[in-house]
Amino acid sequence: MANYIGQSVKRVEDRRFVTGKGRYTDDIKLPGMTWAAIVRSPHAHASIDGIDTSAALAADGVVAAYVGQDLADAGVGGLPCGWQVDFKNGDTMKEPPHPVLAVGKVRHVGDPVAIVIAETREQAQDAAELVEVDYGVLPAAVDMLAATGEGAPLVHDDVPRNVPFDWGLGDADAVAAALDSAAHVTTLEITNQRLVPNAIEPRCAIGDYDGARDHYTLYTSSQNPHVIRLLLTAFVLGLPEHKVRVVSPDVGGGFGSKIFHYAEEVLAIWCSRQIGRPVKWTAQRSESFVSDAQGRDHLTKAELGLDADGTFTGLRVTTHANLGAYLSTFSTCVPTYLYGTLLQGLYTTPAIYVDVTAVFTNTVPVDALRGAGRPEATYLLERLVDTAAHELGIDPGELRRRNFIPPFDGSDAQPGYQTQVALQYDSGNYGGVLEKALQMVGYDDFRKEQAAARAEGRYLGIGFSTYIEACGIAPSAVVGSLGARAGLFESAVVRVQPTGKVSVFVGSHSHGQGHETTFSQVVADQLGIPMEDVDIIHGDTDQVPFGMGTYGSRSLAVGGSAIMRSLDKVKEKGAKIAAHLLEASEDDLEYAGGQWTVRGTDQSVGFGDVALTAYVPHNYPEGLEPGLDFTSFYDPANFTFPFGAHLCIVEVCADTGKVTLQRFVAVDDVGNVINPQIVEGQVHGGVCHGIGQALLEGAIYDGDGQLVNGSYMDYAMPRADDLPSFELGRTVTPCPHNPLGAKGAGEAGTIGATPAVVNAAVDALWHLGVRDLPMPLTPQNVWQAIQQAGS
Amino acid sequence: MSSAFNYHRAASVDDALAVLGQHDDAALLAGGHSLIPSLKLRLAAPGTLVDIGHLEELNYIRQQGSGVAIGAATTHHDVATSTVVAGQAPLLAQAAAVIGDPQVRNMGTIGGSLAHADPAADYPAAVLASGAHIVVRGPDGERVIEAGSFFVDLFLTSLQPGEIITEVRIPAQPPGAGACYAKFPHPASRFAVVGCAAVVAANAGVCTDVRVAFTGVANAAFRDAGVEGALAGQPLNGASIDAAAAAAAQGAEVLSDAFAGADYRRHLATVFAGRALRSAARL
Repeated sequence: MANYIGQSVKRVEDRRFVTGKGRYTDDIKLPGMTWAAIVRSPHAHASIDGIDTSAALAADGVVAAYVGQDLADAGVGGLPCGWQVDFKNGDTMKEPPHPVLAVGKVRHVGDPVAIVIAETREQAQDAAELVEVDYGVLPAAVDMLAATGEGAPLVHDDVPRNVPFDWGLGDADAVAAALDSAAHVTTLEITNQRLVPNAIEPRCAIGDYDGARDHYTLYTSSQNPHVIRLLLTAFVLGLPEHKVRVVSPDVGGGFGSKIFHYAEEVLAIWCSRQIGRPVKWTAQRSESFVSDAQGRDHLTKAELGLDADGTFTGLRVTTHANLGAYLSTFSTCVPTYLYGTLLQGLYTTPAIYVDVTAVFTNTVPVDALRGAGRPEATYLLERLVDTAAHELGIDPGELRRRNFIPPFDGSDAQPGYQTQVALQYDSGNYGGVLEKALQMVGYDDFRKEQAAARAEGRYLGIGFSTYIEACGIAPSAVVGSLGARAGLFESAVVRVQPTGKVSVFVGSHSHGQGHETTFSQVVADQLGIPMEDVDIIHGDTDQVPFGMGTYGSRSLAVGGSAIMRSLDKVKEKGAKIAAHLLEASEDDLEYAGGQWTVRGTDQSVGFGDVALTAYVPHNYPEGLEPGLDFTSFYDPANFTFPFGAHLCIVEVCADTGKVTLQRFVAVDDVGNVINPQIVEGQVHGGVCHGIGQALLEGAIYDGDGQLVNGSYMDYAMPRADDLPSFELGRTVTPCPHNPLGAKGAGEAGTIGATPAVVNAAVDALWHLGVRDLPMPLTPQNVWQAIQQAGS
Repeated sequence: MSSAFNYHRAASVDDALAVLGQHDDAALLAGGHSLIPSLKLRLAAPGTLVDIGHLEELNYIRQQGSGVAIGAATTHHDVATSTVVAGQAPLLAQAAAVIGDPQVRNMGTIGGSLAHADPAADYPAAVLASGAHIVVRGPDGERVIEAGSFFVDLFLTSLQPGEIITEVRIPAQPPGAGACYAKFPHPASRFAVVGCAAVVAANAGVCTDVRVAFTGVANAAFRDAGVEGALAGQPLNGASIDAAAAAAAQGAEVLSDAFAGADYRRHLATVFAGRALRSAARL
């Protein structure tokens, strides 16, 4: 049996995906199933002065219709927030109700107001248009700075200034002193624009109440079915958790947007109970634009102090974070604990302070999106560093070298690095990734090429981004002390069947990450059996004991570690059985290639024989339980900290302002790698996502709170012909605290790429006087910056 | 998803005309690449769709005298790859080749695109600069409309109710003329933020004939008399082209949206006029 770990095994799930045989929630058709359509607010802010569903109820095929008051009368609770972040002064976070269907007031375009259920999807949609809602349109709070001002419209009447909490981290006094005495302070005002998540599979939910068993099943396109079950049962509907099954089958991408508990999941289950039939809802794309939680949306002032030789002396970050109209499930931790804690970056900055003001606006709720806080932190930090380099006339690579944290492997001799912002980095060699990237890009040659092109009136630029991120969230006790209302462990069952085949049940959820392949490799490698003998089962609360799901690049570091724990237990018990069969001492056995062998002899017994013996225990160790089936729960000791260096080369067309990517070099260190091809795929997708933010994407709300670019005719996503062929490199600094030494790769590309692209465009235009460019770098934005610099 | 509608697969143009005559709320369906999205978003809700996309009598590319005749249901792909079009009406071929993406080009039709009159569609600029004629049939028989009087306003043409475009006729280019369609595509829709079609002929280094048309710039595609007037009769060189291009869209009420405001769009018109003219003049 081969060593599977480290091999680019082809993804086992791809056969069904590329042949159209994936089974997504929308593919599920249940007997007697009805369809739901949601009536959504066309206004950003309005009172609901009346709702009349009579015409809808009288329409062809309509089974039922419900409004917010119906749910309130039935005692249905609101959607909960999973993380409490209190005010700096100790006041409790303002947590206004987030009703499943709006009651009395709508607070963003797309806010659900009513649900209509019919025999067919078309009938439901037709009837939904017949629901008459009498709105009293109110002024909307859209601009987040204006929303915090006196007299601004209040999204929630009991949240003054539209601020549900504020938050600070670090030593403000030390930073003030450092900036006061700095030889140079680089200052940037940064907008990290709002993004729409745009998973290719729209969200979908099917509720199925089985009256005979008094049992509920929810099929939902989610990243974490167990968490949805917990929130749905314990917080919203008050259902008995053991009577509810949540299934998330194949899921076509999430990027964070399918972590959260959504109104439609509650509605599908609750309505199914009301009508005694399954209820299905599938988002139309235009609904996804106004109902999937969106990402980013920060306004930040950032100041970096440097001494005369370019050493960073202090960093102050002041951020307003737009949370939209309600507190989505994890919205509160994203601009705080997942953001402020990353501001150390890769640098030894001795004083850091971050201040965050969270703001409600009459826009779609904002929550985690690929990277979740870390892209925002990295963007401002890396923009500051490149800007400081330009301002001081120091090469951006050299400025980084002067400030990098020295290499450390996390051993006792080289312990973790304690940051100024609460985290302890696990291991790193930050200079290593940069030097490798510079070598790959041919840095000195590029600078000559840039100078030659400039002489011809062509504007080339190179942008740096050296990033770190925190993955593998997280030690439960640590996040609990910070306000998390959940633990963040992971579970895995390794069930060895009597024939020696292995079923593995994992709480991680795969929606593009390739877990079926990666986890199978780990299991097959550790047990010394063929990969074909391993099956990975996920996404079903009735099959998997528990799970916290997949986000934050945690599946391998946390879920994989849970698998490793169970594998250890399998091997440990297997050794007892093998020792009995071999009439040897356990201590004399070694396990390799699927065989237990008495050391120094040719006496051995295979994995399959041991498995069979475990289930047919005729000749069996006394006192040992039959079976070979272990469950483990793994709670990580720390976050993991992948890092990397991204270099981007662009050409800017001065006539049109169009930015064209010429090269993109990414050197990432994600710790030990199980499947290099899958990691490369994750980096490709991540870099593409990061480039999308830099060049193309951005939700635009008008003053009335209407999403102006809510379709693919206007909202630009990156496409293959927008991108160069990526040049990838890797260094390996294992994580010292988990059994696989893995750190996580799902978000690295997104976090690293965005500042590299913008830094490159600024580098191309610096000599013209351009000092900053607003994302996305649309041709108009760039052209205007060139015009302004020249005037 | 769309509201309910009746679907009529026309047996012929005559049949389609008859059905159009019977239903006030009927809409013609050819490639469907503008209509179907409108239906799905419920921006349009016609009672009857009359499908003419499959009619062979509307699907052809023929040499006609020294010019070309293109049936209205001919796909963009067929126009883009036709040797007849490439030889006689290269501007049309260039424009067709950059419409949308391969899927759009395999389904969308020239008649559908012209009738829809999207202000950012590629074909209108090309037919204007080519001096094309648009053949239509209606309850009162056939008539021929000059491209110059076809595009009226946003999504509005001089087609009358009940009329169907059957053919687009493109005359031969002036002898020795060059042509270019230069486009700045929107990164999401791939429609033209600005598209400029130019035909330039010269004799002994002097511009003898120039036609310049824009799409994407205003509510309807238009010929730009300012640019044409600035270049006609002038020595054809980079300086004269730059001077002419600088006059682009001066009389136009320029569109403005979040991606390209009016000032930027007008600037793009000058840039793409320059690029189209240089290429057409083979400079």
